[in-house]
Amino acid sequence: MTAPGPAREDFGDRLSVDRSVPGRRAVDVPTWNGSETSLPDPSLLRDSLRLPELSQGELVRYYTALSERNYGIDSGTYPLGSCTMKYNPKINDLIASQPGFADAHPQAREEDVQGTLRTLLELRDGLAEVTGLPHVSLAPAAGAQGELAGVLMISSALEDRGEHDTRRRILVPDSAHGTNPATAAMAGYTVTHLPTADNGSLDRAAIEQELDETVAAVMVTVPNTLGLWEQGIEEVAGLIHDAGAYLYADGANLNAIMGRVRYGDLGFDVAHLNLHKSFSTPHGGGGPGAGPVCCTEELAPYLPTPVLDECDDGVVRLLAPERSIGQLQQFHGNVGVLLRAYAYLRALGLDGLRAVSGQAVLNANYLRTLLHGHYDLPYDRPVLHEVVFSGSRQRRQHDVRTYDIAKRLIDHGFHPPTVYFPLIVPEALMIEPTETEPPEAIEALADALIAIAEEAAEDPDTLHGAPWSAPIGRLDETAAARRPVLRWQDIDVSESISRLSR
Amino acid sequence: MVSPHPYIPATEADRARMLERIGVDDLDALFADLPPAFRDPAIDLLPALTEPELIALLADRAGQNAAPSRPSFLGAGAYRRSVPSIVSHLLSRSEFSTAYTPYQPEISQGTLQSGFEFQSVVCELTGMDVANVGLYDVASATAEACLMAARTTKRQAVALLEPIHPGTAGVVNTYARGAGLRVDALATANGLSDDHACLVVQQPDFLGTIVDLEPLANAAHDVGALLVVVADPFALGMLKAPGDAGADIVTGEGRDLAGAPAFGGPSLGLFAAGLPYLRQMPGRIVGRTRELHPSNDGEPRTGYVLTLQAREQFIRRERATSNVSTAQALIALGFTIAVQALGPRGLRESAELCYQRAHDAARRIAALAGYVLCERGPWFQEFLVRGPISAPELSAALSERGITAGLDVSDRPEPEARDALLFCVTEATPNTHVDALIAALAAIGDEV
Repeated sequence: MTAPGPAREDFGDRLSVDRSVPGRRAVDVPTWNGSETSLPDPSLLRDSLRLPELSQGELVRYYTALSERNYGIDSGTYPLGSCTMKYNPKINDLIASQPGFADAHPQAREEDVQGTLRTLLELRDGLAEVTGLPHVSLAPAAGAQGELAGVLMISSALEDRGEHDTRRRILVPDSAHGTNPATAAMAGYTVTHLPTADNGSLDRAAIEQELDETVAAVMVTVPNTLGLWEQGIEEVAGLIHDAGAYLYADGANLNAIMGRVRYGDLGFDVAHLNLHKSFSTPHGGGGPGAGPVCCTEELAPYLPTPVLDECDDGVVRLLAPERSIGQLQQFHGNVGVLLRAYAYLRALGLDGLRAVSGQAVLNANYLRTLLHGHYDLPYDRPVLHEVVFSGSRQRRQHDVRTYDIAKRLIDHGFHPPTVYFPLIVPEALMIEPTETEPPEAIEALADALIAIAEEAAEDPDTLHGAPWSAPIGRLDETAAARRPVLRWQDIDVSESISRLSR
Repeated sequence: MVSPHPYIPATEADRARMLERIGVDDLDALFADLPPAFRDPAIDLLPALTEPELIALLADRAGQNAAPSRPSFLGAGAYRRSVPSIVSHLLSRSEFSTAYTPYQPEISQGTLQSGFEFQSVVCELTGMDVANVGLYDVASATAEACLMAARTTKRQAVALLEPIHPGTAGVVNTYARGAGLRVDALATANGLSDDHACLVVQQPDFLGTIVDLEPLANAAHDVGALLVVVADPFALGMLKAPGDAGADIVTGEGRDLAGAPAFGGPSLGLFAAGLPYLRQMPGRIVGRTRELHPSNDGEPRTGYVLTLQAREQFIRRERATSNVSTAQALIALGFTIAVQALGPRGLRESAELCYQRAHDAARRIAALAGYVLCERGPWFQEFLVRGPISAPELSAALSERGITAGLDVSDRPEPEARDALLFCVTEATPNTHVDALIAALAAIGDEV
């Protein structure tokens, strides 16, 4: 299969090292004119450092060209399910980069960083209100670290109850993000998977059957990864507490319910949020994020260090909770992300947050309606923030996989949705439009997916070879894993390396 | 709230049209599954602000922090660096900043090829074979290194060589508890035994001293343990690559080369290891490959993908090597651009300039009556100073004079740290700040 148009440069074969010319440089360094101190013993020093040598303009062009080979939210619709790829307001970046915030040293005296700490304190209060869980640590760097914090807090609480050695299981629904079972394992627990019932919610009977004195916690994503509300979760919370276990909320999908219902009110003991998702901080190509952990009064003594409080002298301080699980970061977490999230919260207020969740849900249902009948919909009912279709029909009838559909969507100018997740939906297409897409964009996305469904019947080979218009075609992932080339030093033809001066 | 809000494009008319198409009367109908008893609770949030109001409020807040122009000699894990100007410029390219994890490689080559560059740079600096695309920060990266060492050696204890950053030790302890590992803090490598999975050593150590790694590598390997080196990547511009000294795993903090300290984060954990540990690594790894089908000149082109994903949580779930998913990709990009902008000579020159300026400042302080430099061996950018008054008093006296002192380490067990402050001077510390420090220390000395 050959793409139309002229041959394009093999840009991937031209790394920084391939562009290097010995003697060039991109920045200058001041000369030291003071008295010289002799360097440490040569046995402690390096004798070679092989890095590319490019002029400043060349380096800027290289990374600018790389940026053009990327697709971000600012490029177009990015309906990656479960990732809440909404527009990132630029004011938030501007605020975090103000020198007063950016230059603050993490070991500065608290009196010297009150602007930062007071802002974080207000963010803490806002998150406590939104989750209905009154105690918060902003320390976790991302959702998965927030999960680890939450599970370790449960561990510590069980230890203080004298049940740590007997409660060794954590129950996780089969629709959960992979981070949930991975976190439970990292915290030393064995994982029991819970089936999803036909209505897309947890199977109540299965939970009742599993709940016993060996269960430490149940981790539930609310709303779940099918984009559905967990029916009867408030009653399940009661069952879990009666059995002496804790209920954990994975807050990755908070965007659907902000301002409308709260984890604490429903009976959750602890929750983590993903501020880069719900609170719209730039995802950065895979971070930085922030994963604050919020909890009840009972679990508050175990929160990770630091937590914030305003002391009697009016100074906001960083404190270690009495029975803290300890630190998760060398310092205080991804503070720059937290400042952006604060700015987002303040730009919206309560009415704004409710408008966000309302529009996010409306947009997902609009897309569900527009696509209805064109793709299989295993859980055919109103959804919250996202909708999970299945490409099973296209697979069965036309030998077109969801993989092909996703790749073809690139040719229509969209980032594909999340595919093959959740695992319980075969050929899953998990689509989360978010509230920041206008109806025209949702209609265009639906039109593209409908056109692809028609193309699957008429010209499946076009789908099998897609994308045709991307900077590069489908890549050989098998070869990448079989014979790993993971750095320029591994590249067979060491011509590039020989260009580097020692 | 202004309606529609600038972040939400749909108008009332749009909503009415969409609801009609869906076939429901109002938005509430779409939330019908939510339990009525818990719907729409009272939530007390601060009022919404317009953009100009928000800018004004947060400019005021930023102004409540100590002025950026205030001389500061804090280091201890976060260092002011001369970050090349092109870094912030390129990081603001929103094709980079507003993308997510590169699940679709065909439209994510920018993130992926940059990730490959990052892995190459980290391997070169550390002297290791393989690196991932980065973890949260140095401390969590070091904790992951301990878990990886425990997995590969099947041992249940790890050893930390003091002096190590208390934040790093703290995070290792947090992670170790979950994994059921014992953590021993050792004053010397003599405390190593054959139940230790690894020896963790900081380079330079927490009190600034450059460590001779080779004897420590030998000591660790003699008992079948791995050597984990927690290295400052900037110092590696002049110091021996830990891999060349026998390290099995190297971690580090990349934040400071990528930008401002930002009260500690966003941070960037570097993680590199020897080839035998590749399939036990935490985090995402980028690999180089080719197109499945040739483009029209007949040759498949080169591209980059996430690879070896069978280690990761979204495939392996509870058997994954780590739960990490979103990490610090944008900071890794900044780190890569900074190191490549400095280049081999610039990085070396910068590191040596840092070394010279720090030593010059230390010499000037030591020449003042009443001040002693407490050296523990060769050092890089941080040094211990004992003054004519106690460490907390000296710190307070400097603060009164508008100067932020080095970190008070007087409660540490090392004898050189007794009554001492840990000062830091880097290539980016203004000369005028050093002059102000010397003058203030002299004045304080005169008053005693």
